[in-house]
Amino acid sequence: MMTAVQYLLEAVFWIFMIVTVMGGLLAVKARILMHMVLGLALAFLGVAGMYAYLGSMFLAVMQILIYLGAICIVLVFGIMVGYTPRQMVEEKIRGENLLLAVPACVAGFVLLRIAIARSRWLPASERSTDFTLKSVGLRLLNEYSLAFELVSVLLLVAMVGAVLVAMDRKEDR
Amino acid sequence: MLSNQLMPYLVVAALLLIIGIYGIVQRRSFIGMLISTELILNGAGLNFMAFNRFLAPDPATGQIMTLFIMGIAAAEAAIGVSFILAVYRHFRTIDPTKIDELKK
Repeated sequence: MMTAVQYLLEAVFWIFMIVTVMGGLLAVKARILMHMVLGLALAFLGVAGMYAYLGSMFLAVMQILIYLGAICIVLVFGIMVGYTPRQMVEEKIRGENLLLAVPACVAGFVLLRIAIARSRWLPASERSTDFTLKSVGLRLLNEYSLAFELVSVLLLVAMVGAVLVAMDRKEDR
Repeated sequence: MLSNQLMPYLVVAALLLIIGIYGIVQRRSFIGMLISTELILNGAGLNFMAFNRFLAPDPATGQIMTLFIMGIAAAEAAIGVSFILAVYRHFRTIDPTKIDELKK
């Protein structure tokens, strides 16, 4: 028998799933650019909730920090700096493109759904239940130290590159 | 209990991927394409976390992969937004179909 708390948790999980999908749809269907970023933020929030259900509160917090706190703000910043208010509304897409894009994407989803349903997902024979942050940190600095350093170098290069590319140089004018 | 099964997570991740691809195909602005890319990356991260929780021998691996995805997505967003600003300054337009200098 499920208790009332379990029913509540299940309902919240459903809400997270619906918020994720609806946010994603809003992010690609909205015509006002700010609404797109709002939908993206909703989708990120739903995914963060699903991370919490998947046993990693740390990843949920990181999702909110990095995606909602950094990427959405960068996107809003880009929209506000680069676009005039009239350009912030996208023009309507032409008919034939939409007619092709929607069936193609629906067919792609149906194919993926069939593949998911027909595969047999076998859990590993020996599974440790160590979801702690300590094991993540230890692995990050032992087995995955090269990838960790590469990602940090990539972030540094991306930051310097972003400043260089966006800088207003005199000879461009 | 739906939250204790692998299937709903995979379906939501597949939906995010398809929505992102749809957005990239039909968006008429660079920032919309960037937003759709973020959706696809999020779907990939959700898949990693779901397999990590239900199938993987070691639950730390998927979390580390998802952290890497987040770092790379942050780098990609910063580069993308700076490109949008530079392209707008150079071509004075935000319509991706009008930026076709190489075609001429």
